[in-house]
Amino acid sequence: MGRYLLRRLLQLIPVFIGTTFLIYWLVWSVPGDPFAGKCGERACPDAYVNMMTEKFKLDQSIWVQYGNYMQNLFQGDFGSTFGGRPIGDIIATSYPNTLKLAMVALIIEAVIGLTAGVLTGLRRNGFLDNLVLVSTLFLLALPIFVIGFVLQWLFGVQWGIVKPTVSNEMRISELILPGFVLGSASMAYIARVARTSIAENRRADYVRTAIAKGLPMRRVVGVHLLRNSLIPVVTLLGTDLGALMGGAIVTEGIFQINGIGRQVFRAIVTKESATVVSIVVVLVLVYLLMNLLVDLLYAALDPRIRYE
Amino acid sequence: MSDILVSEQSAAGTSGRPSGRLLEVDDLRVEFRTRDGVAKVINGVTYHVDAGETLAVLGESGSGKSVTAQTIMGILDMPPGHVSGGQVRFHGKDILKMSAEERRRIRGEGIAMIFQDSLSALNPVFTVGFQIAEQFRVRRGMSRSDAKKRAIEMLDQVKIPNAKGRFSNYPHQFSGGMRQRAMIAMSLALDPEVLIADEPTTALDVTVQAQIMDLLGELQRERRMGLILITHDLGVVADVADRIAVMYAGRIVEEADVYDLYAKPAHPYTLGLLNSIPRLDEKGQELRTIKGLPPNLMNIPPGCPFNPRCPMAQPVCREKVPPLLQVGVGRASACHFAEELVNRD
Amino acid sequence: MSDPTAASIVSTPPVEQPTGVGAPADAGVPENARREKPRGLLGDAWRDLRRKPLFWISATLIVVFVLMALFPSLFTNGDPENGTLTNSRVEPSANGWFGYDVQGRDVFARVIYGARASIVVSLLSVLGTLLIGGTMGIIAGYRGGWVDALLSRIADVFFGLPFVLGAIVILTTFNGSGTSNSKAEIMALVSISLIVLSWPVVMRLMRSSVLATREADYIVAARALGAGTGRIILKHLLPNCLAPLLVYGTIMVGTFIGVEATLSFLGVGLKSPVVSWGIMINEAQNYIRVSPFLLFFPSAFLVTAVLSFVMLGEAVREALDPKLR
Repeated sequence: MGRYLLRRLLQLIPVFIGTTFLIYWLVWSVPGDPFAGKCGERACPDAYVNMMTEKFKLDQSIWVQYGNYMQNLFQGDFGSTFGGRPIGDIIATSYPNTLKLAMVALIIEAVIGLTAGVLTGLRRNGFLDNLVLVSTLFLLALPIFVIGFVLQWLFGVQWGIVKPTVSNEMRISELILPGFVLGSASMAYIARVARTSIAENRRADYVRTAIAKGLPMRRVVGVHLLRNSLIPVVTLLGTDLGALMGGAIVTEGIFQINGIGRQVFRAIVTKESATVVSIVVVLVLVYLLMNLLVDLLYAALDPRIRYE
Repeated sequence: MSDILVSEQSAAGTSGRPSGRLLEVDDLRVEFRTRDGVAKVINGVTYHVDAGETLAVLGESGSGKSVTAQTIMGILDMPPGHVSGGQVRFHGKDILKMSAEERRRIRGEGIAMIFQDSLSALNPVFTVGFQIAEQFRVRRGMSRSDAKKRAIEMLDQVKIPNAKGRFSNYPHQFSGGMRQRAMIAMSLALDPEVLIADEPTTALDVTVQAQIMDLLGELQRERRMGLILITHDLGVVADVADRIAVMYAGRIVEEADVYDLYAKPAHPYTLGLLNSIPRLDEKGQELRTIKGLPPNLMNIPPGCPFNPRCPMAQPVCREKVPPLLQVGVGRASACHFAEELVNRD
Repeated sequence: MSDPTAASIVSTPPVEQPTGVGAPADAGVPENARREKPRGLLGDAWRDLRRKPLFWISATLIVVFVLMALFPSLFTNGDPENGTLTNSRVEPSANGWFGYDVQGRDVFARVIYGARASIVVSLLSVLGTLLIGGTMGIIAGYRGGWVDALLSRIADVFFGLPFVLGAIVILTTFNGSGTSNSKAEIMALVSISLIVLSWPVVMRLMRSSVLATREADYIVAARALGAGTGRIILKHLLPNCLAPLLVYGTIMVGTFIGVEATLSFLGVGLKSPVVSWGIMINEAQNYIRVSPFLLFFPSAFLVTAVLSFVMLGEAVREALDPKLR
């Protein structure tokens, strides 16, 4: 197990470097003049150009630039915006909001997705089953901004049940609708995976054995069937948390949530290269570590899997 | 003595008469209703087992021997399975008419079952010990530590070495033979009166097969259980069974004492099965097999279901279904020519 | 028997009640039943598909959308790009069925012409993704060793990028506000960024599929008989991996239509003068309270197109998977 973990961590390094280098190169190097359009309509002031050139070694080769950037990053220096605001600050203020939204989304999708999946897996082809199948098809197929707009318009504008946008306090009650929208596709996916998994395992030999042992039905289902069927679902939830923490550009945009996704999008639009790179680096790191965690989780849940 | 009684009952097809029997299957009929049609899988099966007795149910795959067992246990997939007639009486009471809760109480304590493939029959994500101890905790309300103690005792009884250490192993960490022993320990945990063993040794190596059969026989004698041994292997049956019921196309075609059946089969199908065992004294000769295939259960031929494959078939076999009739002491056969078969030299 | 996807909604299989659990070990039925009518997997799949209304509905819709993309003038003689300002935000009527947008352009003409950009971009992207991902997957799976390790790590690099974020970064770099790309260039750029970000998925699918079949007895036999690598891949490996790839590709067309719309909606994908559903939705969102029809029609077309491809893919997958029957 320890050796497996070490090997996986070593494998992460080239991937991390590759991904972040790719982003760095796209943002700083490809456009040619790194300062084109960075200071609004006017050309950038010389002082700013000089300061940035020195800080990011922009006059040197991309390899030196990247190495220098990484060095700073690992000392906790994320650089600053051209307005002078430390990027670490931006991340520190917006990331908790993203995390909060991600947790709400995860809980919603886990509860609704699992309930729907287990119920329909146990009783297939009924009314509920067909309802769940149709709605999951819609949730899976529709782009998230369409779902977001429709629900925002229905609940926020038309019926006035909730405020259409989220305030800065980020109250949980405000986050339910955005969380639902953000988790909608995964919710549908979880429901389907849980349904298939339950339906497959329901006919498994060990479930028959459990019944033949004379265990009560709720124990057969609740202990023997669920414990096995939930392995793929739990790992799916883990992967999804990794994706959710990558920020929700569309959802945060629609509901005006001050999260990391909205920050990175704003930075892209206003050409804040340093901010874009720093945020993406953080997100990539989180994503990669979450994926590793999921693999370990899988081994913890299924005793048949042992990593060497 | 008791065997004569059975044959009479089977022959007459009486149902509902209470008797002192432990477990009786009486004129059981099961169909599978699928999109493509109705398959008649069990077409009036009647057999019984008493305390301390071993009944072997013999037949090829598709003959309905496992489905009968699943119906008794109440683990038949319904749908597509559907019990369309007959009774399964345990201590004289029809368990097919009992409530789900009553049936559940019988499982494990009254009738227990072990399966062919112990790897898939045991839950892969729980330890073997947990799965045995679970019954003591759920059914007997024992404490965790008491249940563990009892489970280790059970593992000891089925001669698993280092029972204490193996308690917390997962099924995949056991060898095939050890796993089947654990399966037996699990089925015997609640001290059942009847044990159904569905091809318990088919998935095992030949040497291990013998050990498991010996163990089963020993435990059965100790506990005076009724044992229903389902198998397609005539070799397994000979040593342990008291009586044999041969099934074909969802019917019992012959029922007899082990010695009688081997010495003088009263049904051409049984004869075919016995002839198809390779024999040392006939080395080099072609194996004698039963020609043709078992019938399509959605479209069973009229008359005797075995007639298309039967070397003795006569016109009457294509018209009349032969009933299971007594042919001598303690044996019955469902063949129009049973008498001729028994009385030949 | 029971289908895990929506396709069963229409075909209504027999009702199942879970009273007991466990499959009959030896029902003995299918063996004979099957022997009577031998058919290949594809024949079986087709027979299964033909009976599904959902397959026909989605296939018909796809044909309509493809026709729209090829010959928009068949459906409308309106002008999608120029309008008269006097018509600005005129509600739907007998004249303009779907009304007119802010600049007085015919919404009906625009949603019809919008099909072309969406479908061309998504089809191109899917083809590219399948081609690149498929080739990489076959190479990685078949060669193994360091080639596999290298290609897998490269795939990980692209996989590590969050999809929408990665597309936004690529597109703002090459298609930002300062650039002046032609219609075709913009569409090519969007396709390329989708391909760059999604080929690793196909590669993984293909790689595991090749790994699974590589050691199969019949492949080993073919190799023992002296078949060359190219022949083994073309004749033996590819046909086996094709079915899942086909299904994935069909579903991906639907997904990509949605992604393209999302990017256009965010203002980084297709741009005017290209007509696309995503752009229309983007333009309409400011008038959601006063003229909701501006949002409704492009969204409806988008949703229908996405659903058609996804449903077709699911129907095919179900038909190809013998386990689900």
